Amino acid sequence: MANLNEDVSRAPKSMRAQTITGITDTTDIGATVRVEIDGKELKVPIGTTILEAARSIGVRIPTLCYHEDLCIAGVCRICVVEVEGQRTLQASCAYPITSPIKVKTYSSKVRKARRHILDLLLSKHYGECYSCFRNNNCELQSLAKEYGVDQFRFGHPEKPLHEVDASSYSVIRDMNKCILCRRCVRTCIDVQEVGVLEAVGRSDKTKIETFASKPLSEVICINCGQCINRCPTGALRANDPTDDVWAAIDNPAKHVVIQTAPAPRAGIGECFGLEPGRALTFEMNTALRRCGFDKVFDTNFTADLTIIEEGTELILRLYKALVKKDTSIALPQFTSCSPGWIKYIEHFYPEMLKHVSSAKSPQQMFGAVIKTYYAKKNNIDPKDIVTVALMPCSAKKFECNRPEMCDSGFKDIDYGLTTRELAQMISEAGIDLPNLEKSDFDDPFGTATGSGVIFAATGGVMEAAIRTVVELVCGIKVENLFDHADVIPVRGFEGVRYAELPIKQVGPVPDILKHLVPNWDWLKGATLKVGVCHGTANAKKVLDDIKAGGKFSECHFIEFMACPGGCLGGGGQPIPTNPEIRKKRAKAIYGEDAHYEIRKSHENPAVLELYSQFLTDGPCGHLSHKLLHTDYTPRGKYIA
Amino acid sequence: MITSKCSKLTFSEIKTGSGLQAALKNKPAEVISILADSGMKGRGGAGFPTSTKWRFAAAAKGEEKFVVCNADEGEPGTFKDRVLLCDFADLVFEGMTIGAYAIGAKTGIIYLRGEYTYLVNQLESVLAKRRQANLLGNKICGKEGFDFDIQIRMGSGAYVCGEETALIESLEGQRGEPRNRPPFPVDTGFMGRPTIVNNVETLAWVTAILAKGAAWFKSVGTEKSTGLKLFSVSGDCAEPGVYEFPMGITIAQLLKEVKGEGAKAVQVGGASGHCVAAKDFKRALAFEDVATGGSIIIFGPNRDMLHVAKNFMEFFVEESCGQCTPCREGNHKILEGIEKLEAGTCSMAYLDELCKLGETMQLASKCGLGQSSANAFLSIVANFKDEILGRTEKVAV
Ligand SMILES: Cc1cc2nc3c(=O)[nH]c(=O)nc-3n(C[C@H](O)[C@H](O)[C@H](O)COP(=O)(O)O)c2cc1C
Ligand code: SF4
Repeated sequence: MANLNEDVSRAPKSMRAQTITGITDTTDIGATVRVEIDGKELKVPIGTTILEAARSIGVRIPTLCYHEDLCIAGVCRICVVEVEGQRTLQASCAYPITSPIKVKTYSSKVRKARRHILDLLLSKHYGECYSCFRNNNCELQSLAKEYGVDQFRFGHPEKPLHEVDASSYSVIRDMNKCILCRRCVRTCIDVQEVGVLEAVGRSDKTKIETFASKPLSEVICINCGQCINRCPTGALRANDPTDDVWAAIDNPAKHVVIQTAPAPRAGIGECFGLEPGRALTFEMNTALRRCGFDKVFDTNFTADLTIIEEGTELILRLYKALVKKDTSIALPQFTSCSPGWIKYIEHFYPEMLKHVSSAKSPQQMFGAVIKTYYAKKNNIDPKDIVTVALMPCSAKKFECNRPEMCDSGFKDIDYGLTTRELAQMISEAGIDLPNLEKSDFDDPFGTATGSGVIFAATGGVMEAAIRTVVELVCGIKVENLFDHADVIPVRGFEGVRYAELPIKQVGPVPDILKHLVPNWDWLKGATLKVGVCHGTANAKKVLDDIKAGGKFSECHFIEFMACPGGCLGGGGQPIPTNPEIRKKRAKAIYGEDAHYEIRKSHENPAVLELYSQFLTDGPCGHLSHKLLHTDYTPRGKYIA
Repeated sequence: MITSKCSKLTFSEIKTGSGLQAALKNKPAEVISILADSGMKGRGGAGFPTSTKWRFAAAAKGEEKFVVCNADEGEPGTFKDRVLLCDFADLVFEGMTIGAYAIGAKTGIIYLRGEYTYLVNQLESVLAKRRQANLLGNKICGKEGFDFDIQIRMGSGAYVCGEETALIESLEGQRGEPRNRPPFPVDTGFMGRPTIVNNVETLAWVTAILAKGAAWFKSVGTEKSTGLKLFSVSGDCAEPGVYEFPMGITIAQLLKEVKGEGAKAVQVGGASGHCVAAKDFKRALAFEDVATGGSIIIFGPNRDMLHVAKNFMEFFVEESCGQCTPCREGNHKILEGIEKLEAGTCSMAYLDELCKLGETMQLASKCGLGQSSANAFLSIVANFKDEILGRTEKVAV
């Protein structure tokens, strides 16, 4: 099989400093080269960039268009340095060292050039820092301070030059603040393989635009918000509903409930100056109550519910395909919890939508359950309930506004809040989050499992599904197969992953599934094949492999997450993001999982109670189909 | 525009096929050595030794290699490549074929300026004839394993597409934007493969050198700038046109030839070149002195130099690709400054600041366009400061 983790970027090569292939002498491979940076000597592997070499010895070179996650454009020129013997200054991010060189990173030429570049950027950057959501978290602002910008030498716009595009439920574009670093362009084409954003026009008329300058809501944007997380300024932001949420809280007639997804708790501390990787789950619960939310629920509850519904759907698909020989059944089944991924497949592979599980995402399941089961149980008129979802995600804002997401008879979820927006609410309420006392989630959905928590990381849904499927089908403890029930083969950050799980033995069919399958004999001796991928560029590789009849076409179940790293790297998470930060957030997530008493979705007592009291015709039954499942829209990628 | 001088070009003495046949008598590496011996440097402007470029490409590993002829001729004031393509296309294609032999390429591409579309039929028929004569195609001149053909691709209408990496980007179907270097096209060029990009004139001279020998070529010119060179001469002179002169000719000599004596200034190298004032007309047109891709624009005594500067800056404000900060915003700021100078509202301090900005653009821009777009402005400010500031005083009082 072709290595699906190979780089097959569609980004133009002008936006991708390329790897050095010119080392024709093979004895050079793995060789090092001497470099002197500001008088300090060091050895680096051939091909290391000046920027990397400088960072490795703690020399700071400023950057703007550079981003650890992205291919290298070398366009802002703020990282220029002097290389001895070269007529011009060199962009350190794009300069691979292949022969011994001497570098000066802050000579007078360099300092003058950087200051000019900042002056030029500011001459086009309209915006007042104090009214910008990136105030104190803006790379341009930081550099202006670092380089002692005390006046606008080449002027400063006095009024906005561009209209703000607020058409999208998810992403707002304010090109007045754009400095044309093209990180968003590269994110969209290179990380996500979507390509909604592109530079158009030339010279000082250059502008980042959508196809035919259409509003973002009318193009093939998947709402993932990855561009927001990589924008160095405030040019991109999420569509922020906090005013409406506050209004609902302030309205005594409204019963405002919030569900919190697992990823925000692993990230929100960063908004309060903490190092990445400290989960603030229970402090956040207290903060939410102080903000005035009437109930605080854990989305993990519906994550567990998703595993039951999606898992049952998978079993049914396999049963129909393998036993009933029904050739109309689409396999592999694809996960459906990432709304960015859903919009991606709706646009780019509409013909493959039948593979996608019909189970709603945990967010939407929760909305439907709250406005039906919970409303009835607590005698609250669902029209007075306001459901808020705290998500690491900007696509969730679009998802909750999908017209089909009203199965409760109301809008299942009223508002989607990002981690950043909640942090803003918390600080507006004067709450010192990191030092708050802890408190638990509210009943009746209080008890969650570790399986729900790991939904936040790439591979988490698959791990949760495996924990449950193994136990329900094989009738053995998953711990017998994987130490501490940690399904290591599906963990990690590699873009595309594949794992096999032989089903050596089968157990009795559990009660909850008895009406659907008579026994498991048909699975005995089979090998469950699963795939995991994150970032839609990787999704594309997997989908193309399936179409070509490759290894992934033989999979039974594949997890797709729109964002690199999964939800913990979502477009609603704190800024900045990079591989290191995402790793730390993942560590926090898996740490939480390990602490749960119950770590398997099918053992969640609240979920079992929901089936015994409300969804009495069981998983994938009639009521669950009405409330917890949905269908998709083949959108295609051609825009009228 | 094409003057009678053209018929006297050395190229008219070179017989079709003679350069290629001479080349094929040698091993590829020997062809490169002959070029090295001739001292041939690129005629596209940058003056990079042609043999070095070819040697790198020959040594680079690649399943496939490409020869690209840069016929984008976008520099204001140059039209010599057009003359070559009209009258001596055979020699240009032959130069490409020799290049293919030297580096081991099977495919050649000529990237033709959009405005030269009217030449396509004529060029295609030259290519067809060459195929018939077995000067292109399989087993060229009977040489086993030497297969090569040339296709014509139309340029995309931007000046920056003449920059070799933007040209390649454009050939690949992308926006014409220059790439980061290193790696260079000789290593990672068209479709990521080793590629030589050479100017039309360079390729024609290659053919001439192979036909007539390296010694013949370097018998004229200077030590560092050997051989002959075509010049596109325009502006305030009695006989504008395309001229062939030995490298190292002084500006004064050139002005005499074209009947442009009495000029106030000469713009050497087009919009991205330098403006040389009369006091420096003894300087030589050579890589080691005033380098040029061949564009010579003559300004008579009545020309308004601020207007000249403005004209050039307007060109760059139009043509910057917009990728990198210094060029994208810098050209525009300089143009605004010129407008202030015209209105007499530019302070000395601000003019100073703009000149420093120009230096930053030269140093920090990503490609040759931004690295040279301030040249004309800076040299005009340096040489004609009084004229420019004259109006500041007049209007500012
Ligand atoms: C902005 C810009 C425009 C250029 N335009 C041309 C052109 O039109 N024709 C050309 O031959 N070279 C042009 N060049 C130079 C090419 O990048 C390259 O150096 C040249 O094609 C190499 O050929 P040579 O070595 O034969 O001179 C341009 C360079 C820059 C920076
Ligand atoms: S210098 Fe100008 S033309 Fe060259 S890359 Fe930068 S913006 Fe584009």
